[in-house]
Amino acid sequence: MEAFALMLSSSINGGTVLALAALGLLVNERAGVVNLGAEGMMLIGGLAAYATALHHPSGLAFAAGAGAGAVLAALFGLLVVALGTNQYATGLALTLFGSGFTAFAGEGLVDKQLPDLPRPMIPALADVPFLGHVLLGYHPLIYFAAALAAGLAWFLFRSRPGLVLRAAGESPSSAHALGLPVLRVRFAAVVFAGALCGLAGAYVSIVYAHLWVEGLTAGKGWIALALTTFATWRPARVLLGAYLFGGVTMLQFHLQGRGVDIESHLLGMSPYVATILVLVLISRNRAWVRVNMPASLGKAFRPDN
Amino acid sequence: MAAPSVSSPPSSGASRLLSARAAALLSPLAALVITVAIGAALFAALGKPPARALAMFFVEPLRDGRALSELLIKATPLAMIALGLAIAFRANVWNIGAEGQFILGAIAATGVVLFAGPGAGRWVVVALLVAGVAGGMIWAAIVAWLRDRFSANEILVSLMLVYVAELLLGYLVYGPWKDPEGFNFPQTITFAEATAIPRLVTGYRANWGSVVALASTACAWLFLYRTYAGFQLEVGGIAPRAAAYAGFSPRRALWTALMISGGLAGLAGALEVAGPLGQLTPHLPVGYGFAAIIVAFVGRLHPIGIVFSSVLMSMFYIGGELSQSRLGLPKALTGVFQGLLLFALLACDALVERRKRR
Repeated sequence: MEAFALMLSSSINGGTVLALAALGLLVNERAGVVNLGAEGMMLIGGLAAYATALHHPSGLAFAAGAGAGAVLAALFGLLVVALGTNQYATGLALTLFGSGFTAFAGEGLVDKQLPDLPRPMIPALADVPFLGHVLLGYHPLIYFAAALAAGLAWFLFRSRPGLVLRAAGESPSSAHALGLPVLRVRFAAVVFAGALCGLAGAYVSIVYAHLWVEGLTAGKGWIALALTTFATWRPARVLLGAYLFGGVTMLQFHLQGRGVDIESHLLGMSPYVATILVLVLISRNRAWVRVNMPASLGKAFRPDN
Repeated sequence: MAAPSVSSPPSSGASRLLSARAAALLSPLAALVITVAIGAALFAALGKPPARALAMFFVEPLRDGRALSELLIKATPLAMIALGLAIAFRANVWNIGAEGQFILGAIAATGVVLFAGPGAGRWVVVALLVAGVAGGMIWAAIVAWLRDRFSANEILVSLMLVYVAELLLGYLVYGPWKDPEGFNFPQTITFAEATAIPRLVTGYRANWGSVVALASTACAWLFLYRTYAGFQLEVGGIAPRAAAYAGFSPRRALWTALMISGGLAGLAGALEVAGPLGQLTPHLPVGYGFAAIIVAFVGRLHPIGIVFSSVLMSMFYIGGELSQSRLGLPKALTGVFQGLLLFALLACDALVERRKRR
């Protein structure tokens, strides 16, 4: 029981990174924009947060991470939304720039130790059986991610601005004809996603890994992108999927901890193979994906005056 | 879509063609100028003399025979991978996992070398190159099959397979393929003389891989512009509906695009491990597979353009290394410039496109 609780809580911890990023990406995909720059924005956010956390309180560091992600996303938005560049190519440029820039600017931070943050996670509540592990004593951002999923579900499907946002992703020309500001909505959605990806990166560097190395996020941005498809663009399913993936990532450490004899490189493949499997499972039902996918996802929109 | 404007007279076909060609060349050049300008500002901000720093990128790599040979060594894999990617991108197949296919090519080639043993004859070079192509193709075939059979997104699958390939490489060189007399370093034995790609000129590291790359360029050009299969592929990419009406199979285009791009990336991997490296190590992947995406776009997805853009990207790599050894800047500077170049290119393309529309 105790081992199971520990496993569950560490899955939630690991899944939160994916949840934060994927919830952001969900919003910009609902608005019709695919941003393959997720990985780059997470790296930049992670580096900005880490550099800030060395000398400042962690609240400020998280803000720096989110801010850095948002700035990079704004650059992407400028190209994709305002100039109508190819979304795939521009997103790739963002990821390539992000990984290059963070490798360059972060080289001096690799051996810098973060001051020990008060980590309210597991030890303090070890005495409360089961519930203590599963429900209490996490980092505040974990509750934030769960609340965000609920908030986004309400926003997207129960509020008028959410309807406008979805209209921009389903049929931008109709939305434009109705006088809705499609381009502004898309831009705002992109920046929002950038801030969340930056925040997710900050969570990786400050809380999850507690260190900085080149390429720290190790494909989590890409997995988050896959998660939005897996979740058929619904916030609650994103959250669930993220915890599931968090579990897969954690599984390797648990197996190793229990002395299961699988070579670490081979075990390390599990999150990536799991992502492929999940993509295959969800995509094989084409009708299901097509019904749920924003109809104008990935397509540039230019209003004709 | 806006109706064609009546007020402006239609431009003659010839001059329009000329301006389209000029525009196609203009935006990579403009993007390069922008990247260099930002680079100069960056160097100045870091307190390094910009002129000297930029010389590391654009003068030093051309200085003498040895420098040119190093330039060729890096341009070769970049060009080969980019040629395949250009064909895939033209077919609107987004293979972004060339890095993984490159690694698999190198792994397959190494497998042949290890299997053949130290006494192997010169034939092993051919065998290892064939194995490299096959390795890259198999890795790309996973992508093609999952896309074809289950419509799984090729971007995400090919990218995930890069991580799997890196881990597979790690597993092999830390585990079963580790040189038993290598002082526990994670690397295979040093390959025998017989397996080495022959050099172009004695005393210089540049090898026949560059000739293979040039031949690939010619083949890619012939395929794209002189074969029916190439034509079908391109129509499918530009106008999938027209291709469907014409009866061109999108499945065949998907497989062709991935087999060509995977095979070329695998070949590049085999040439790399049997050429400049001479053994399999975890340091094999240096991002050529990703840089080649930029090379393909900067080269306008055209084989001839790619020859030039691969040399440019090779300069970025060498400039980054020289900045590290001589100016004390991190080598990762190369990645910053790569990203900037692609950003600038996309922006310039969009602006040129806008002007054309007016």
